[in-house]
Amino acid sequence: MAKKVALLQGNEACAYGALYAGCSFFGGYPITPSTEVAEVLARELPKTGGKFIQMEDEIGAMASVLGAALTGVKALTASSGPGISLKQELIGYACIAEIPCVIVNVMRGGPSTGMPTGPSQSDIMQARWGTHGDHAAIAVAPASCQEIFSETVRAFNLAETYRMPVQILLDEINGHMRERIELPEPGDLEVVDRQAPPVSPDQYLPYDPSFGDVPPLAAFGSEYRFHVTGLNKAADGFPTTKAKLVDAEERRQIRKVEANRDQIEKNEEYMVDDAEILIVAIGTISRSARHAVNELRKQGQKVGLFRPITLWPFPERRIAELAGQVKVIIVPEMNLGQMILEVERVIKGACALHGIGRVDGEPISPSQIMDKVKEVY
Amino acid sequence: MAFDYDKYLRPGKLPHIWCPGCGHGIVLKGLLRAIDACQLEKNRTAIVSGIGCASRLPGYVDFNTLHTAHGRAAAFATGIKMAQPHMNVLVVGGDGDGVAIGGNHFIHACRRNIDMTYVICNNFIYGMTGGQFSPCTPTGDKASTTPYGNPDPTFDIGKLAIGAGATFVARTTAFHATQIDKLIAEGIRHKGMAVIEVLDDCPTTYGRRNKFRSVVDMMKRFKELAVPVAKAATMSKEELDGKFVTGILHREERPEYCEQYAQLVKRAQNL
Ligand SMILES: Cc1ncc(C[n+]2csc(CCOP(=O)(O)OP(=O)(O)O)c2C)c(N)n1
Ligand code: SF4
Ligand SMILES: [Mg+2]
Repeated sequence: MAKKVALLQGNEACAYGALYAGCSFFGGYPITPSTEVAEVLARELPKTGGKFIQMEDEIGAMASVLGAALTGVKALTASSGPGISLKQELIGYACIAEIPCVIVNVMRGGPSTGMPTGPSQSDIMQARWGTHGDHAAIAVAPASCQEIFSETVRAFNLAETYRMPVQILLDEINGHMRERIELPEPGDLEVVDRQAPPVSPDQYLPYDPSFGDVPPLAAFGSEYRFHVTGLNKAADGFPTTKAKLVDAEERRQIRKVEANRDQIEKNEEYMVDDAEILIVAIGTISRSARHAVNELRKQGQKVGLFRPITLWPFPERRIAELAGQVKVIIVPEMNLGQMILEVERVIKGACALHGIGRVDGEPISPSQIMDKVKEVY
Repeated sequence: MAFDYDKYLRPGKLPHIWCPGCGHGIVLKGLLRAIDACQLEKNRTAIVSGIGCASRLPGYVDFNTLHTAHGRAAAFATGIKMAQPHMNVLVVGGDGDGVAIGGNHFIHACRRNIDMTYVICNNFIYGMTGGQFSPCTPTGDKASTTPYGNPDPTFDIGKLAIGAGATFVARTTAFHATQIDKLIAEGIRHKGMAVIEVLDDCPTTYGRRNKFRSVVDMMKRFKELAVPVAKAATMSKEELDGKFVTGILHREERPEYCEQYAQLVKRAQNL
């Protein structure tokens, strides 16, 4: 049977992906260029019996999402630039209290109000480090509208599997561009639901490490009653300052991502087998890079593209491997050098490294990437 | 028969962190008596707080409890209530938590008239951080950050809540312990946003700096300055200056937010 197709904007595809994943709560606050995610869900969620609330600010939006998520529902918020900055404290809350939720960041330039309608990839580091304290991070960076749909579904799956906030990084270009997408039927894409605790309520501890690095989360309102705090806590969820417990808990929360990189990481490699020059790019700019690779190949240049689809945790093992194979890595990104820092950290000087940064509100074009290749190789 | 608080206290979680003479314990007991009077089912009840001494209350009681971030309790609670309208949602927290850093969430929860009961423990000070002034510290009083006396005007939480749209607003004090549970119970039974302000004492960081030599002095002040609503109606503005009007300050019927949303869902589904 032919698939249903639709012409969707990236932000719309994100909203429909969330619905496909079973999202039934959205708390938001309008901000360009993310607002269409909220607008679609304001229209669609009530039809499915879901809840949409426009909160008084982004902090409130994030808080409402966490409150809802604790009652067992899949919850989403979407924002950009200053709004994501405002959410940071509660992103940390979601990390330490281990509350699954998804945050869409349609990146725009900054700092501050910056260029609200211009594209940007300048929240690469914010997505990794944007809250205080040590914490793990998962972020996905889809490129096309089709992939925005499926990565949104995967983001919910990762949030539920690892019991933590997961960010989806879009930018003004792929958030607003329209593409034809095939709408998956139920069952086409995997949807992971939260598991009920395998023990009776009187045995239940919300952070019991004997269940492994990701203890099951019960729902407020079920027969499991429990306590949640942003303080460091023991297995029972109550605050502790015992050095051993705090240390073990903090390490577990980082290990649950580190030890599962194989399940979380997702990359696309394009013409890398014989590549001497490797371009590492995400999202919209990976599309320019792909175009540049095709053109340069026609000219006989051995160029390949490595595209992290899971941006965080960063695909460090594979990039380090490729650095041993290629002579040069080029990192084009719509910022003044963020992902390149991570590449630099992982390749440890194994090959030459060059960046292309752009923050003038224009995307990095294929010819800009081709020029760079010619300049350095 | 004496009230059985143990029925609602989590085993092994006491002693609490509060100083001797702190008013927050009086609010805790009043809250539990109110919950008992309303026969709230533990599994269906969530108690949410922010950060501060008052906000430590949920950790001691056997419900679904959520100790959030400073000022954000009302917004977390809104998410819980929206997602599960059948749950009883209560918020507890301090004056600083509720109407300084959390002021925006507080007024918008009032405006929505979402069905929750917000118990705000107003001890006129940021207790937990050692006694800096809050928006509720009386003008002229001493706090660690107002060594020359507080230059700021003071919030009237009751007026703020009424102005923002809360449909049940009441005030009492830690001295009037038996009124605490009655007003909280009224608030729980009320359909819509109920705000119950309890004036309580922080002997450690507020009393000490402001010439209340003992907790008894602070309680005396509550006793002397409290004026019941009915009596206040007979008094002039001048006579009421510096007094605390206590009792039910405001009550009205207005559509509740989750019920309104349920109507919206029906409209959306009949498209
Ligand atoms: C974002 C943030 N800012 C500041 C603080 C520090 N802080 C913790 S409690 C508190 C004040 C609490 O005062 P109040 O809400 O009146 O409660 P009380 O301790 O008086 O009961 C402050 C400022 C914090 N925890 N988080
Ligand atoms: S510092 Fe004040 S508010 Fe905090 S526990 Fe002590 S007396 Fe109570
Ligand atoms: Mg206080």
